Amino acid sequence: MSAGFRGMDVVSIRDFSREQIEHVLKLAEKMVPIARGEERSVMLEGHVLGSLFYEPSTRTRLSFDAAMTRLGGRTLGFSEPKGSSVAKGETLADTIRMVDAYCDVIVLRHTQEGAARLAGHFANRPVINAGDGAGQHPTQTMLDLFTIRKEKKQIDGNHVVIVGDLKYGRTVHSLSEALAMFGAELTFVAPPTLQIPKEHLKAIEMSGKKPKITSSLEDAIKEADVLYVTRIQKERFPDMAEYQKVAGMYRIDLNMLKDVKKDLIIMHPLPRVDEISPEVDATVHAKYFEQAFNGVPVRMALLGLVLGGLK
Amino acid sequence: MKEFKVTPIRNGTVIDHINMGMALKVLKIIGVKEDVNSTVSVLMHVPSKKAGWKDIVKIEDRELDPKELDRIALISPNATINIIRDYNVAEKFIVEVPNVIKGIMKCSNPGCITNQAEPVEPEFVVESKKPITLRCIYCDRLTTEIAENIQ
Repeated sequence: MSAGFRGMDVVSIRDFSREQIEHVLKLAEKMVPIARGEERSVMLEGHVLGSLFYEPSTRTRLSFDAAMTRLGGRTLGFSEPKGSSVAKGETLADTIRMVDAYCDVIVLRHTQEGAARLAGHFANRPVINAGDGAGQHPTQTMLDLFTIRKEKKQIDGNHVVIVGDLKYGRTVHSLSEALAMFGAELTFVAPPTLQIPKEHLKAIEMSGKKPKITSSLEDAIKEADVLYVTRIQKERFPDMAEYQKVAGMYRIDLNMLKDVKKDLIIMHPLPRVDEISPEVDATVHAKYFEQAFNGVPVRMALLGLVLGGLK
Repeated sequence: MKEFKVTPIRNGTVIDHINMGMALKVLKIIGVKEDVNSTVSVLMHVPSKKAGWKDIVKIEDRELDPKELDRIALISPNATINIIRDYNVAEKFIVEVPNVIKGIMKCSNPGCITNQAEPVEPEFVVESKKPITLRCIYCDRLTTEIAENIQ
């Protein structure tokens, strides 16, 4: 297994088998005490992570930084292209070739879909995709799977209801394909204009059960074991009129949770705007802050694997 | 006596049974441009027993590489290739959809990195041959709109 991971690019969740994902999740579990600062590690001492963020990010960037630092490594890079050579018109290919010479692993978030795959072609070092436009975000998927497994003991057999922006939301596309592969039941809740794109639906159906599609959250939430809420992303709408029509359509509040299963867990990749009312935070259902923390051990496991510190 | 609008060629390649209206795209696919140095005949909207109407392309004094020609299958799956030597058909074969397509078409996703000024050729994996469906190896977008995206 280790031979397969060392030096490997992490671009799309589709590049991983179920067994490989399970291996990452198992190792991530072992990383939790280090991620919490309860244990110390020098596993990646002397290693440098190149962190290239062409789009704003809080959780993903900081959790990669935390993961690398907790394992004894260092991080360099930029959190926005302004002020870097990118602003002068440098191609991504050239930036990658340069950073490849300065570090041992590259973490890339980019506005364009396919950017991480392109980076992987130009880099000798492993490239980890931290989100490419409306495309893939595989480490988010892994931390989501980790969260579900941790809270529900297993992934298969759970009924996962995914609500919000299913058209532009990159976390949803990666996650739903992975959940189907793990045998979870899926329901997609969105207004028709923001429903899951056909090509993703086809990919999901090929690897698992046929998902349910609805625009009514009230009906779907009662059956849910996991409710995965996403933000309607204003920045991805080409048409603001379309955004205004759907913004604020789904809001999870205490009233909405009256008839849900006792052990329902609510997840959100964050940041949230007004999809989940703050009063929900204190309920037993709310797991989104734990989910955000889980990004650290999962990314530690991935960094350890691609850099050869873990087997 | 049968009237020929375009005379038979002595040596070269004849691409027959091209889907009607696709002849100019076929020229693009096989890289025939303004700087061509042999005679190229393009016949469009020709009566066909099999399909009703078809296009034909004749390229004199050039035998095209079958691998290059297979790309024609993307827009004309029934096209046939005839290699002509001294007025005779020396070789004849039907084009086959290749498994990988590189460089002849752009990704249909405007947000794909290959549509930016990056030093890469767009590349696609053929996911399905009927109907022809291509997947961009960079952004994973599936497309069946082949002719529209030929560069």
